[in-house]
Amino acid sequence: MAAKKRNWPRLISKAGVFIVCLGPVAWIFWRALTGGPDGLGLTANPPEYLNRFIGDWALRFVLIALAITPLRLLTGRAWLMRFRRMLGLYAFFYVTLHLTSYVVIDQFFDWSAIWEDILKRTYITVGMIAFVMLIPLAVTSTARMVRRLGPDRWKRVHQMIYVIAPLGCVHYIMMAKGNQMEPWIYLGIAVALLAVRLVRFVSRRRAAHA
Amino acid sequence: MLIKRTESWQLPESAVTPREQFEDRRRFIKGAGALGLGAIAGGLGLGLAGGPARAASLQHVKSDVHTADALGLEVTGKEHATQYNNFYEFGTAKGDPVANAQDFEPLPWTVEVDGHVASAGTYSFDDLVKPHQLEERVYRFRCVEAWSMVVPWVGIPLADIIKRLEPTSQARYVAFQTLLDPSRMPGQAYNVIPWPYVEGLRMDEAMNPLTLMVVGMYGETLPNQNGAPLRLIVPWKYGFKSIKSIVKISFTSEQPPCTWNIANSREYGFYSNVNPEVDHPRWSQARERVIGTGLFPERRPTPMFNGYGEQVAHLYDGMDLRKFY
Repeated sequence: MAAKKRNWPRLISKAGVFIVCLGPVAWIFWRALTGGPDGLGLTANPPEYLNRFIGDWALRFVLIALAITPLRLLTGRAWLMRFRRMLGLYAFFYVTLHLTSYVVIDQFFDWSAIWEDILKRTYITVGMIAFVMLIPLAVTSTARMVRRLGPDRWKRVHQMIYVIAPLGCVHYIMMAKGNQMEPWIYLGIAVALLAVRLVRFVSRRRAAHA
Repeated sequence: MLIKRTESWQLPESAVTPREQFEDRRRFIKGAGALGLGAIAGGLGLGLAGGPARAASLQHVKSDVHTADALGLEVTGKEHATQYNNFYEFGTAKGDPVANAQDFEPLPWTVEVDGHVASAGTYSFDDLVKPHQLEERVYRFRCVEAWSMVVPWVGIPLADIIKRLEPTSQARYVAFQTLLDPSRMPGQAYNVIPWPYVEGLRMDEAMNPLTLMVVGMYGETLPNQNGAPLRLIVPWKYGFKSIKSIVKISFTSEQPPCTWNIANSREYGFYSNVNPEVDHPRWSQARERVIGTGLFPERRPTPMFNGYGEQVAHLYDGMDLRKFY
């Protein structure tokens, strides 16, 4: 096989984004080992701190991955697309880590308590549905799966993110105490990112019918 | 023959961290900071060694019964109890109060007393506190968020203060109000919950010997982030009932409004007694996470009335505690 010509700028930029995306994990290790800038480490309640911190980043990565297409549409910078799969997989990684921290650190494999939570606590039900829906997206992320499914079916599977992202935001809104603004900001961003797509969809249909 | 019964809420004296050990640790932290190891341990000193040095030791006697005697529970580390707080007046994150309350000047402080009471009027902090002997009591503290601490509070039985104020026979409830001053309490700039924070107790709950008006913890004056200079502690109720930085006490004939009940009546009732059998709609109350026990914290069953049933269960005789949650 002939030596492939390496696209160095592409490789380096991808490696850079890959490393930056591990920032939240590095932050946790740094806090745990040194106490962090405020010296509080993982706080007096590590399960709560880890679950919230990772959950915040899970939602942020979902929104970042969701932002790539609108950003490309608005700025015309096609090279943004090369990061989309990696960012989507990072979203899946942080969502999985968020769930793992709940199962392992919060409930310590107390399956009956976890099952009860899923059935009784609506915000956990919603979060769990969003997680389960995310699995097929991660599984079909490889180039081989794209080929196997064909572009149309693959696209339809991945459009589930249009439901998953708002569900993640609703999960956050439902668990916040009092009237906090932050969760609504996340939902607002998700709605805005989906609105860009809706506008494109409507204008395409109009163009097709014209 | 004298038989000493060990009651369920009693904690062993041995469980209290010895003062010397605690202070040694502080010294170590300071020393470590000087050696440039501040990043490792400096934060622990943030609320203790750092900031304005206003924590003063308090003259007090130890309670005869609520000492850290019996039951093998450990007093929560002061660094946890004073740096992990729910006090939305200074921000909603657990680390916000200690970060944002450092410049708060609690004194001078006045408390307005009104309603069905003979000695209505405005009292200074000293007027209210000075006539009484301060007492240290080690109590369990159970947050509605299913975590718990064990804290040595310094205070006065609320009943003693109430008796001095002479409520009339029409007074069936006592209402409390937290300071409203967004310039001093930055969290009040956002309407996360309706301000000012208000709470209330039935008169018999307020008069129960367990209910404390607290001015200190760990032998020192109350840190700002813990509700300086004056807060309530009602150990058989969820933590949010123990209102902080009190500026007003009203004696009423009607059940007074309570902030979390106003914000979300389905989740927070007027009584809010610790009850492992009545779940919060969003999580179980059957168990609690013990603060300060590490990455995989101890999770233990929550006792009815937070372990104070012998003292308070009779207050709720004949009441359906699922209905009056």
